[in-house]
Amino acid sequence: MNEQLPALIIIAPLITAFLVFAASWVRQKWCYPLVVAGLALSLLSALGTLVRVVSSGDIVYKMAGWTPPVGISFHIDTLNAFILPLVAGIALVNVIASKVHVESEQGENLGAFYSLYLLTSTGLLGIVATGDAFNLFVLLEIASLSSYALLAMGHPRAILASLNYLLIGTVGSSFYLLGVGYLYIVTGSLNMVDIAALLPPLFESSAVSMAFTICLLGIFLKMAFFPLHGWLSNSYTFASSAAASLIAPLTTKVMVYVMIRFMFTVFTPAYIFEAIHISDVLVGLSIATIICGAVLAITAKDFKRMLTYIIIAEIGYMVGGAWLGTRAGFTGAILHIFNDALMTFCAFLVAANIKQVVGDLRLSNLQNLFAKMPWTMGALAITAMSMIGVPPTCGFFSKWYLIQGALDGGHPFFIAALILSSVVNIVLFFRVFEIGFFEPAATHGSGGHASGAVREAPLSMVVPLLLMAAGLIVAGLYTGTLVDVLIDPAIPKGIT
Amino acid sequence: MGKFWSHCITQYPPNTVNLDYSPMETLFSLKPLLAVLVSLAATPLIVASGKRPNMREGWTFVAAFLKCGIVLSMIPAILDGKQLGITIAQVFPGVSIAFRVDALGLLFAVVASCLWIITAMYTMGYMRAEKEHSQTRFFTFFAIALSSTIGVAFSANLFTLYLFYEVLSFSTYPLVTHHQDRESRVSGRKYLGYLAGSSIGLALPAMIIVYSITGTLEFTPQGILSGATASPGLLFALVLMLVFGFAKVGLMPLHAWLPAAMVAPTPVSALLHAVAVVKVGAFSVFRVLTGIFGVDVLAANGLNVPIMYIAGFTLLAASLIAMSQDNLKRRLAFSTISQLAYIALGASLLAPSALLGGALHIANHAFMKITLFFCAGAIFIGHHKKNVSELDGIGYKMPFTMGAFTIGSMGMVGLPPVAGFISKWYLCLGSIEAKEFTFLIVLLISSLLNAAYFFPIVYRAFFRKPADWVPGKKYSMAEAPALLVVPLCITALYSIVLGIIPDFPLNIMELAQTAVMQITQGG
Repeated sequence: MNEQLPALIIIAPLITAFLVFAASWVRQKWCYPLVVAGLALSLLSALGTLVRVVSSGDIVYKMAGWTPPVGISFHIDTLNAFILPLVAGIALVNVIASKVHVESEQGENLGAFYSLYLLTSTGLLGIVATGDAFNLFVLLEIASLSSYALLAMGHPRAILASLNYLLIGTVGSSFYLLGVGYLYIVTGSLNMVDIAALLPPLFESSAVSMAFTICLLGIFLKMAFFPLHGWLSNSYTFASSAAASLIAPLTTKVMVYVMIRFMFTVFTPAYIFEAIHISDVLVGLSIATIICGAVLAITAKDFKRMLTYIIIAEIGYMVGGAWLGTRAGFTGAILHIFNDALMTFCAFLVAANIKQVVGDLRLSNLQNLFAKMPWTMGALAITAMSMIGVPPTCGFFSKWYLIQGALDGGHPFFIAALILSSVVNIVLFFRVFEIGFFEPAATHGSGGHASGAVREAPLSMVVPLLLMAAGLIVAGLYTGTLVDVLIDPAIPKGIT
Repeated sequence: MGKFWSHCITQYPPNTVNLDYSPMETLFSLKPLLAVLVSLAATPLIVASGKRPNMREGWTFVAAFLKCGIVLSMIPAILDGKQLGITIAQVFPGVSIAFRVDALGLLFAVVASCLWIITAMYTMGYMRAEKEHSQTRFFTFFAIALSSTIGVAFSANLFTLYLFYEVLSFSTYPLVTHHQDRESRVSGRKYLGYLAGSSIGLALPAMIIVYSITGTLEFTPQGILSGATASPGLLFALVLMLVFGFAKVGLMPLHAWLPAAMVAPTPVSALLHAVAVVKVGAFSVFRVLTGIFGVDVLAANGLNVPIMYIAGFTLLAASLIAMSQDNLKRRLAFSTISQLAYIALGASLLAPSALLGGALHIANHAFMKITLFFCAGAIFIGHHKKNVSELDGIGYKMPFTMGAFTIGSMGMVGLPPVAGFISKWYLCLGSIEAKEFTFLIVLLISSLLNAAYFFPIVYRAFFRKPADWVPGKKYSMAEAPALLVVPLCITALYSIVLGIIPDFPLNIMELAQTAVMQITQGG
């Protein structure tokens, strides 16, 4: 059984997706326990896999016993071993936190919603686990197609936004597929480790550089890297809370993981930093992404839209960190995948809670929220600290590594962009806090303080949020362990 | 009394004190961690008993007494030349969240934790007399702020210091903006803008640069940059980034947040913006200069010179501005800016006496300035007056309050027997030792300026006739509630005690001397 754990991570939610859909025809109330069970099983398998990887090294799981490069294999090292439980965990916690509003919003579509939710989770988990470049494309499409549908099941404008995402996302996937096609032509293999072994003699080949460029372009499209970020904001803003809280924290982070996998496992540092010279350009684009996200976020009039722009800025952190070509930069990028997923998840849970109680996320509607929803706003305060980068929350530590990496790599402008982004985050979140704390002006001041009754979101929404917010601090305090045990072993050779 | 006086003067200079210096022994101890956590642990209890004010304030007192007890219990070991330390978690290679108590840190912690007890009493009286809203929130964040203050005091390295420094900035925001009106919104923006902006924009990058040069952030007696190879230009940039990054010290031009913070209820201004927050800034600068750069590196590269001049300028300019302030709390705020510059000046003059003066002033200024703020709050509660120009004859009605105010003012000017005299004495000695006679003159001029903006208040209070004066009218005493007046009398009297027997009962002088010895003989 222990040997089958890697497969179980993916298969549990996949099978549950079909079971849920079938169950919804019989009894709608069976759906929720099934989803929770499926994702919990996936999370447990992911944790089991993590323990095994840490204790006894990388796992190569051969699907149906076929040996790579012919068969498909899952290749799990410390890098993806800790992203898997992150993805499964966020998917599980989000199901629990969103139960109340999913049931009221989706009505008859409950079964469909939950099976799409599970398929998206399956796809994301598979992308992280797989060691096969083509299999990654298949799983990417599973994740994307189900997430297009999932995102469309929200606000009336969500359909158009999601269509836009579909068009751009499909272009992205196709680019990726095309790149993998080139790689297959020159190497004759689809297994990542295998390709990595076959590539070095071909580094000079223009087909290889074409393959790399196109793959990267596809990945950039999917992760909304500047200037390909246009689709992200609308499709997340108009989505239902449950869908946004799953897809917004995870999709972009998983795509950053894919980029790092391609850069360091498939193409190796010898290629990306020595054979080709694009790292400066990409660090520059990352700076542009950070600034662009920050500027757009300032213009946002809606809390969720502001969060979507912050996501874009954070992508700049990770891509930039990976392309710094330094040990600290790489560590920072990986650490930020973990931290940013948690932070963004918390922020979207906060948005979901506010939406549940207030009904509208326009900034001007957030008046008096500290009195009304003290717990939710408390969690938002911790999340904001993390996004600003205040220790001991986890956001500080990845920022520290990124700045150190930029220092070692000689990229002062990247440091400036990171600090600028921190300062902008202060402005963004304190604008929200000011509205929640000082407005409406009539009820405050020396005249008297009508504090208003507490009207929190249901307990099933508040408790997961508070746990996740506490997790931001715990993750920060355990940064040392995380880096020592999981990230350091994953740092590829050739990076100093 | 004269005997006591000569006794404490002849104890000086510290390098003649017969104390064998050996490399400091660090003992493992849970006490620093407990001292930090005890007020944090009180916050859930404070929140839970929000509906029962007496029980809620009870928790504050329990936490305050426990904290003070734990801090005081560390004095013997520290005076014995030992250090107490504990490491919580390693976060980066060579950097951990860790506490280490040495004499300087303990000095600051003793002051902050003792004053918390007194302020808790004052706060109770003030908030209830004003019928302030959201008192539970107020007491909760007050406790968090105290935790982070002690955290800064006990930090073993720059990272831990930065951590608690930031927590302090953010946890005091709801206190500063407590009234939740338009004015506090604007002030809150200024407050965080200056404090968080400078720490993230300047201190954080500087810290990372130091880390990548040296591979550590641990405070060491000789300074971690002493063995490193760094160009003078870089060192110069680092010293400026770190000194201005910790903007809580209020050196100009990053001082405007402090007058803005005066919008807070007076207990906050008293404990946080005269003691905890601002002293955290001064303390951080002290730590950075002595523990990161080290006296030798600073002196060899002349890095202390710009800090000296900035401090000297701030000292005079803030005093001049203070003279023009009619709002009593704002006048006190500018006085604080000026007095903080004394501490920064003491640290940057580098001479042992100056360091001693700076360290002592952390304590002395705390007791004197908190007295003055307590008085300002008591005047506001008793008579709803905020401005100096309204204080004519108030001494008839509030003799205790204004008596305490007079003592505080004398301390600010530096008149014996109030504590301010001692620290100023050592600062002056230090500037002579360092052969910086300009600063001797600056210090003396500043004393005159302090007199020029404090004594008129005393004069108004006692020698001018109240607005409603008619010949032959007797004024009955109209003091603020006892919960306000008792604390301010205690701190005023203690300011005098500190000026006569500095070691009674908190060993402040001995702690300061040990601290200076650790700094100057560490290398």
